[in-house]
Amino acid sequence: MTQTFLGMPATAPPGVGHLRGEEPFPVAARRALADSQLRRNVGHATTTIRAKSGAVIGELPDWEHLRAAGSAIKADVLARLPELLEQLEAKVTQAGGVVHWAADANEANRIVTDLVSATGSDRVIKVKSMATQEIGLNEALADAGIEPVETDLAELIVQLGDDRPSHILVPAIHRNRAEIREIFLRAMPGVDPALTDEPAALAAVARRYLRQTFLSTKVAVSGANFAVAETGTLAVVESEGNGRMCLTLPETLITVMGIEKVVPTWRDLEVFLQLLPRASTGERMNPYTSMWTGVTPGDGPQAFHLVLLDNGRSAVLADEVGRQALHCIRCSACLNVCPVYERTGGHAYGSVYPGPIGAVLSPQLTGVADNASLPYASSLCGACYDACPVKINIPELLVHLRDQVPHPRGESVAMAAAAYTMDRPRLYEAAQRAARLSRLAGRRGRGLPPPLNGWTASRDLPDPPAQTFRDWWAER
Amino acid sequence: MSSRDLVLGRLRAALAAGDPAPVEVPRDYRSEGTLDLDRLVERLTDYRAHVHRVPEAAVADTIADILPAGATIVVPPGLPPAWLPSTVTALVDEGLDNGRIGAADGVVTGAAVAVAETGTVVLDGSPDQGRRVLSLLPDRHVCVLRADQVVATVPQALARLSPHRPLTWISGPSATSDIELNRVEGVHGPRNLHIILLL
Repeated sequence: MTQTFLGMPATAPPGVGHLRGEEPFPVAARRALADSQLRRNVGHATTTIRAKSGAVIGELPDWEHLRAAGSAIKADVLARLPELLEQLEAKVTQAGGVVHWAADANEANRIVTDLVSATGSDRVIKVKSMATQEIGLNEALADAGIEPVETDLAELIVQLGDDRPSHILVPAIHRNRAEIREIFLRAMPGVDPALTDEPAALAAVARRYLRQTFLSTKVAVSGANFAVAETGTLAVVESEGNGRMCLTLPETLITVMGIEKVVPTWRDLEVFLQLLPRASTGERMNPYTSMWTGVTPGDGPQAFHLVLLDNGRSAVLADEVGRQALHCIRCSACLNVCPVYERTGGHAYGSVYPGPIGAVLSPQLTGVADNASLPYASSLCGACYDACPVKINIPELLVHLRDQVPHPRGESVAMAAAAYTMDRPRLYEAAQRAARLSRLAGRRGRGLPPPLNGWTASRDLPDPPAQTFRDWWAER
Repeated sequence: MSSRDLVLGRLRAALAAGDPAPVEVPRDYRSEGTLDLDRLVERLTDYRAHVHRVPEAAVADTIADILPAGATIVVPPGLPPAWLPSTVTALVDEGLDNGRIGAADGVVTGAAVAVAETGTVVLDGSPDQGRRVLSLLPDRHVCVLRADQVVATVPQALARLSPHRPLTWISGPSATSDIELNRVEGVHGPRNLHIILLL
């Protein structure tokens, strides 16, 4: 029997939520690469957003100072996380909210399902939230007979298309306008078949489709972008107004928030409200940001529940190098600059967190063994580090995690042999001569013979030189 | 053991191994900027808000031009009556139900703060701005802004706002970038945003 030590950092449990892929990244990536429509859609989208984001970041002379401040605030948050969460809890409670603690996805799903059931509602409206995607809340609600309605346009496209999100910010980035029109015609009752694929027309259809649902649903579930410990204020940034609908119209609001989203002070928002929209959608400011503190009598939901979610975050925090992944503000800038993401799209990563940040966050949340291929889903080019508004050193994390991945025995034997040889000049010389002989064995590019061919399957074996430096030196 | 104690215990254990040093946050980014009303207008317009710069005496006439004659609008209880033209029917929100608010042709509010650099207006639920639902359901939002409510930067705006009020930051009309990352105006919030900036 395995004994669980209470109070020790724990990874996210298997069997619930969406942090683990069904197949390793290389297998999923190979299939994605064969989908030329997907590559065109993703490539178009990432190119567009890189240009937009670059332009508005260029308008700020102090962008690097803001990045440094954002990174430091997040480091401070992690160093003081327990006390900040206790402070947040006290302030939210004082303002009329109720705070719940969820050790993992199962517990969070149970808390939310019970809260919804207690209201008697069999439907909830949802604002796009990575945390609720992560824990598989929609499935848990459906199992309990509660219908979750995604109200973000892209999430709605994903939900109606019986699909999975492929990008943090734009979950339907893999769909173009023609595909979205098809999905709406198929899945939305009463849509005029004359609907065009103009984005404005598609948005208008979604507006009509959801308006009555917004007005008649008594419970909403949201995530949170920020929670201010010193005031108990929650913030959600969005574009469409679906967030405002969910945060304003229902009687009960349930917010599920990863514990790393807390920031110490009200003033800290001045940093993140500048970093997030410019790095994320490439806007100076997103169309709508809502902030609320507990319950406001006569305005908005009169019952507010905040669910604080661990689900593996404590395990990430325990790794002194790895914990910087918890700085992430979910802007998705790293996805948009990543040459790997641009070609494979988000589904290949298996987890709800795709791209470079997903490659370092998912394995840490689940334990590296459960996402062992993800730390390799990168060329280590470093573009993600440059783009990150809170300066997460993703390449450093990738290498750090590769070190923790269980390696095949053959590889460590080969590496040990190489180290031994390189430590001994005569042996090294002999090895070089042997390598030169291999020039006679065959043309370059064939790779190594089994069992070493796994190593060269995705790597070019360098051509051994006709003359080594040592030989050349000896002849002089 | 409660889940609260469990999670807090885990976090303390996670930090105990290498007790992180206290972090000093460098605040050498710009806190203030030079106020430039033209920049506010430019940034609002860039995100498809309609901007009208008029003296306060002309607010009612401006609203009469924006809203068709005979239109029904909703207004918060503290809105200056002088701002309203006689060509429209104004329903004062003293507990209007959502159906009536949603059926209105527009809403007129004041504002708390505006940020020139980002083209943002912020509502804080004061009596001239009202409940959040008022500025959400109608398709046309007319927001009257005084010049002394405009600040240059985001840090200046936050410093003026109270976290204890429900805040709505608005930068242009409702929009989405979800279809091929093109910004499209008009999803769930008001599709038309008019800012009347008082001279």
